[in-house]
Amino acid sequence: MSKRTQSLVLPLLAVITGLILGGIIMWVSGYKPINAYVALFQGAFGNSVFIANTIAGAIPLILTSLGIAIAFRTGLFNIGAEGQYWIGAMVGTWIGYNFPHLPWYIHIPFALIGAMVAGGIWGGLIPGLAKAFVGAHEVITTMMMSYIAILIGHFMLERGPMMAPGYNPQSPLVTMSATLPTLVSNSNLSAGIFIAMVAIIVVYLLLFHTTFGYRLRTVGHNPMAAKYAGMNVPLFTIYSLGLSGVLAGLGGAVQIMGVDHQLTDTFSSGYGYTAIVVSLLARNNPIAIFFASVFFSALSTGSQVMQINSGVSPNMTDVITGVIIFFVATDKLYSYFRGKFRRSSKAQSEQKGVSVS
Amino acid sequence: MAILEIRNLRKVFGSVIANDDVNLSLEAGETHAILGENGAGKSTLIKMISGLYKPDYGQILLNGVEQHFANPREAIIAGIGVVHQHFMLIPALSVAENVVLGSEGGRFLFRKKQAIDNVLRISKELGLPLDPAIKVQDLPVGMQQRVEIVKALYRNARILILDEPTAVLTPQETEELFAVVRRLNQDQIPVIFISHKLDEVREIADRITVMRAGKSVHTMPIADATAKELAQLMVGREVVLETLKTPAQAGEVVLRVENLSVRDDRKTTRVKNVSFEVRTGEIFGIAGVDGNGQTELVEAIVGLRKLEGGKIHFLDKNITSENVSSRIQHGIGYVPQDRQRDGLVLQFTVADNLVLRSVGAKPFSKSGWLQKKSTRANAEKLIKEFDIRPPLEDVQVGSLSGGNQQKVILAREMAREPMLLIAVQPTRGLDVGAIEGIHRHLLSLCEQGKAVLLVSLELEEIMQLSDRIGVMHAGELVTVMDAKAATRESLGLAMTGERVEEGVAP
Repeated sequence: MSKRTQSLVLPLLAVITGLILGGIIMWVSGYKPINAYVALFQGAFGNSVFIANTIAGAIPLILTSLGIAIAFRTGLFNIGAEGQYWIGAMVGTWIGYNFPHLPWYIHIPFALIGAMVAGGIWGGLIPGLAKAFVGAHEVITTMMMSYIAILIGHFMLERGPMMAPGYNPQSPLVTMSATLPTLVSNSNLSAGIFIAMVAIIVVYLLLFHTTFGYRLRTVGHNPMAAKYAGMNVPLFTIYSLGLSGVLAGLGGAVQIMGVDHQLTDTFSSGYGYTAIVVSLLARNNPIAIFFASVFFSALSTGSQVMQINSGVSPNMTDVITGVIIFFVATDKLYSYFRGKFRRSSKAQSEQKGVSVS
Repeated sequence: MAILEIRNLRKVFGSVIANDDVNLSLEAGETHAILGENGAGKSTLIKMISGLYKPDYGQILLNGVEQHFANPREAIIAGIGVVHQHFMLIPALSVAENVVLGSEGGRFLFRKKQAIDNVLRISKELGLPLDPAIKVQDLPVGMQQRVEIVKALYRNARILILDEPTAVLTPQETEELFAVVRRLNQDQIPVIFISHKLDEVREIADRITVMRAGKSVHTMPIADATAKELAQLMVGREVVLETLKTPAQAGEVVLRVENLSVRDDRKTTRVKNVSFEVRTGEIFGIAGVDGNGQTELVEAIVGLRKLEGGKIHFLDKNITSENVSSRIQHGIGYVPQDRQRDGLVLQFTVADNLVLRSVGAKPFSKSGWLQKKSTRANAEKLIKEFDIRPPLEDVQVGSLSGGNQQKVILAREMAREPMLLIAVQPTRGLDVGAIEGIHRHLLSLCEQGKAVLLVSLELEEIMQLSDRIGVMHAGELVTVMDAKAATRESLGLAMTGERVEEGVAP
C-alpha cells in the first residue's frame, strides 16, 4: 500500500468499523441499526436546514483542528485547544458587545483578531516559551492553561465582570455590528463557513507551499536535522503552538459571532477535544480536516433525528465516536508495530554488520 | 591452570567474520589487556565470554571446564563480571539498590539494611569509598564505574572484564581505577582490560593480547612489548592502497582554527586547544580513535556547538560567533556522521531533502514561497549526477538504501558549491562501490580548488585521500603530518597518544 492510499484507506476503515460496531451494539440492544443509520443520515443531510446545521457544527471543529494539526506537524501535542477556544470566545464576546458604535467592517475583524491574538498567547506563546526555554512539556502546560481558561470563563459569567444583568450565567448579546450573517434561514450556518474555508486554504498553503511550513515540518519530523540545517528549533516551537492557539481562538470567536451571540456557561461542547480526534482522523491534512469535521458534526446533528425516528439514544453517536477514536489510535498502533517490526529486523541485519568491534 | 581459557573461538555475522581463531588464556591474579583497533573484534569476543553471543566454533573454559552460556545470567552465575563501556545503571536508584538489583535476596520485602551493609563491605575491601545511599544520577562518571565494579563483585565475580574503562574517565579517576585493578589482582581476581590506549595498557597490564581483523594476533608479557611493536601489530603492515589523487597545489587558507576548545553536553572539555589550517585544493584528514574529540571539533566548526575558547576563521573572516545558517551561506558544506539522525528528514521526499539546507534561498523559494519547480529540477539534475537510485525525486528518503541516502546528502552539500566540505565518516556502512563513488566526488572537489576536511576512523580512507593528516587523541591534535610521510605505524602510534618524532608540527 502506498503512503497516500494508506492515509486515505485506514481512516475510512476506522470510520466504517466504528459504524459497524455501533450497529452491532444497537442490534444487540434491540434496535434496528439500518433504520437508525438512515435516520441519522437524514437528520444530518435530509434537507437544506439539516445540511446547513451540519456544516455549521463543523466550523468550530475545522478551525480548532487546523490549529491542532499545525502543532502535530511540528511534533507538538496541543491538548489545550478547548481552553484556547474558550479564551477566543471570551475575547470575541467582550469586544462584540463593548463597541456598539463601530461599523461591522471594523467591528468584526477587530473581534476576530482580538480572539486570535488572545488564543495565540494563551495556547502558544506561554506554553511555547515554557517549552523552548525551560523544557516544560506542552501536553502539561497546554492542558493546565486550558483548565485555567475554562474556569476564568465560568468566573466571568457567574457574577463576574462579563455577566449580563439578571440571574443567568451568561454575557450580554454581541451587537449586530459584530454578528456574522446567517446564510440559511432557520439554521445555524453563518458566514463563518467562509472564514473556515479561508483558514483551510491558508493553513494548506502555509504548511506545504512556504518555507515557513517546510521548516515547521522539518522541526516536527527531525529536530536534529532542523538544527543541522540552521533552523531555530525553539523559535519554531513557539510559532507552531502560537498558530495553534490563534486558530482555536478564532474558532471560539466565530462560534460566538455566528451562532451563540453570547457566552454562556454551557458554551463549548468539548470541541477542543473532538478536534484532536478530527486531526488524527484527517492525519493532519487541512483538506481532510474539512471532511472529518463534517463527519463528526453530522454524527452530532443527525443523532437528534435518530432518536425521534428509531428511539436510539443520541449517546449512541458517542459510542460510535469512541470506537472510531479507538481504531484511529490502533491504526497508529498498526503502523507503530509495523515500524517496530521493520526496525527490529533491520536492527538484526545491522547487528550482523556493525557490531564487529 | 588458567582460570579462563579461550580456544579457537569463531563468530560469523552473515558475511562478516567478527572473530576467527581467537585464543586467550587468563591466569589467576593477572591483568590481561586486549588491544586492538575499532572493529578488531574485541567487543564480539567479550559478548561471547559474557553470554550475549554464542560462538559458532571453539571453546570457552572456566577452570578447565567447558562452558556453554545460554544467556548473560548463566555467565554471571559462573563468575564472569563485565563492566560495559556504557553503564547499565538506573540513575534514579541509590547505589545500594543498583548493586543488588536483580539479585536482591529476600522474598518480597527489599532488605535495605543488608544491601547497604554489602555495599559498604565490598567497597571497603576494595578501598573504594562509596556512599550506598546516594543516587547514582548524582555521582560523577568515575564513581558510577565503581558502582558497576562493586555490582560485579557482589555477584561473586571471579573474573572481571572492563570494556574500555578509561574512555570516560579523567586522568585522576583512571589512576584510582588502576589502584582497584591492582587490588583485585592481589585477591587473585584476574582482570581483562580492553583498550586501544597503548600507554595505559603498558601501565596496568601484565600480559597483552593484540587483536586485528577478528583474530588474536599475538600474546606477550608487557615487559617484552615496545610501543612501536604494539602499534605495528595493532594496525598490521598491509601495503597502503595506491592513492588515487594527484598531490594538491596547496593554495590559500580556507579554514583557520585557532586554539579551539570545546565541551561536550556534559561540560567535559573534549577538544583542547586545537589549531590547524585547511587550504584550497587539499584534503585535510583527521584520524583518531572514536571519541577523541573529532565530533565536537566538527560540530564547533559548523556552528552546532558553542566554543569554550578559540577562534574560527573562514576565508579570512572571523566566523566564531556566527550561527549555523550564516556559516552555511558563507559556503561550509557538512556531511554529518549520523546521516539518519542529523542529515536527512526521512519522511521527506528526495527532492525536499536535497534543498534542506538551502530552502530559504533562491531559486528554491521566493519571498517565502516554495518554488517546487526548481526544487524538482534540482532533484532531477542531482539524481542524474550522483546516480541516486531509484532515480525518482518524489520517493521518501527513508526508503532509500544507506548508500543512496549518503549520496543524497553529498549531492546536496556539493551542489551548493561550498568552499569547504566537512565530511565525517562519509563512507560508514557503505559497500565498496558506493565508497568509491563518494571518494571520487571528494577528490573532484579538490580538483575544483575547493577544500575538504575529512574525519574518519578508517585509516585506510584517510591515507588514501588526504594530503595532510592530523591525528587527534584525548582532544588534542597530537600531530599533523604530510600524507606522503605518514605510515600506518606512525599514525597508529599517534592515535594512541604517542608523540611522533617525524611528525611536522602544524
